Amino acid sequence: MAERCAVIGVGQTHHKAKREDVSIAGLVREAAAMAVADAELGWPDIDAVVIGKAPDMFEGNMMPELYLAPALGAVGKPMIRVHTAGSVGGSTAIVAAHLVASGIHKRVLTVAYEKQSDSDAMWALSVPQPFAAPLLAGAGGYFAPHIRAYMRRSGAPDHIGRMVAVKDRQNALRNPFAHLHLPDISMEMVEESMMLWDPLRYLEACPSSDGAAAMVLAAEDAVSGRFPPAWVHGLAMRSEPTMFAGRDQVNPRAGRDCSADVYSQAGITDPRSQLDVAEVYVPFSWYEPMWLENLGFCELGEGWKLTEAGATAFEGDIPWNTSGGVLSSNPIGASGMLRFLEVAMQVRGQAGEHQVDGARLALGQAYGGGSQFFSMWVVGADRP
Amino acid sequence: MADEPGGPSTVTEDRGPVTTLATPIRLDFNFTPGVAQSRFLMGLADGKFMGQRCSVCSKVYVPSRGSCPTDGVPTIEDVELANVGTITTYCVVNVPFAGQSIEIPYICAQVLLDGANLSFMGLIQEVPTDQIRMGMRVEAVWVDREELSPSLASVRYFRPNGEADADYETFKEYL
Ligand SMILES: [Zn+2]
Repeated sequence: MAERCAVIGVGQTHHKAKREDVSIAGLVREAAAMAVADAELGWPDIDAVVIGKAPDMFEGNMMPELYLAPALGAVGKPMIRVHTAGSVGGSTAIVAAHLVASGIHKRVLTVAYEKQSDSDAMWALSVPQPFAAPLLAGAGGYFAPHIRAYMRRSGAPDHIGRMVAVKDRQNALRNPFAHLHLPDISMEMVEESMMLWDPLRYLEACPSSDGAAAMVLAAEDAVSGRFPPAWVHGLAMRSEPTMFAGRDQVNPRAGRDCSADVYSQAGITDPRSQLDVAEVYVPFSWYEPMWLENLGFCELGEGWKLTEAGATAFEGDIPWNTSGGVLSSNPIGASGMLRFLEVAMQVRGQAGEHQVDGARLALGQAYGGGSQFFSMWVVGADRP
Repeated sequence: MADEPGGPSTVTEDRGPVTTLATPIRLDFNFTPGVAQSRFLMGLADGKFMGQRCSVCSKVYVPSRGSCPTDGVPTIEDVELANVGTITTYCVVNVPFAGQSIEIPYICAQVLLDGANLSFMGLIQEVPTDQIRMGMRVEAVWVDREELSPSLASVRYFRPNGEADADYETFKEYL
């Protein structure tokens, strides 16, 4: 990267099933105002705004960025909208980082959101098409067969998914912004929850949330804020077609290529030992072991063993999803950015109860669509 | 005015401000399938699965989008696929949602037709949900001849055809 880039402010809403107290504009402003304040800046200090959300059809507002400009202090400033399905929160942050790294802007506000209570995502994902049977029943119906394929391929025992479902909900208890706070969460509770998309149970799936996330990114000579900057050490996006012969849906090549690029930029050769924490898009429990393998934290077929051994638990050697993850809060468009934001909080030392002691280098990952969009970044406490 | 009896507003009870308004949403669109997908859809209207083979990698796509996603070349060779295939993987859907037309629970499977190199999603019926297996051999059940149309609605569902399961090794690369 030409110019160094750092996260200097973060903000997020309290994620809930229904934020009836705010409009979409109020929701994004809540997160953005918090990020600007965390950077110890005012609205006029922001040079440009980059915003992302899931497809417009979810809430039925076409090009919502146009009417959200006033709420984000963006009137008269450059504003860019990013679209990459569920990974969009990550891609949006990356586009904002490019504007800083390229030297175009000094301080860029990046925001992502979803107001699922204003939306019917299940409907939006199930629009009839003549060349496909109307069978999907939402994202779970798409991903569950690939989870079954992973289980068959790796020989992982059934309880791994339940372990992830419990672990991430326990982490969420440390995070006051998380949507789900389930103090009694247990393996039994997950096992007794309704089977939605066999092999996936209700408590192995993400909730439907209203929420927004925001960050202020700055060039080196514009660093400010209440906490030290989180320096961007590497960032990348990759995509692949949803359908091609020989596509590996369990371990997509776009994900492997994306992580290889980010690790190379950040000088990472052994992610499990070099990274202190990772926030990875796990909307369904089994995606933790799947992404452990895809992201190179272990050999193929071994991801579930890391989960089972507690390596990814809060006290493990490589904690995954300390915020509670997507399994605890899922404002779809914001979900990717929340992964990027959590790792920035970790290396800035501002994560409170979910702070991993001594976190200095961390990976944020988001994926979307039919596992065909990936975005990732590595941030660190040290200037690269 | 509002307080006058019989005036425009006779609401006496204060329900607080209106904060949200639920309105119906719908989406109607014209679908232009293009040459390759027209072949596939017209094949369905004829009671058969039509795909296309890539001239570079020889992979057979059904439905074909008119070009090979790997090689970027137009696919011009039409291939008629078998009426039978293998379930590579599946899930059992037990979630009600708006616009759902199938009774839950139902089996949603990836079906790899014999001769094809890409599976597609199909409904499996005539088998209890706890007896479905990866590798199960299935056949398409079509609607009556006079009801055939250029849509996957022409295929009512797939059902087990009684053959022995396919060996995992034969379809694992399609997962
Ligand atoms: Zn080809």
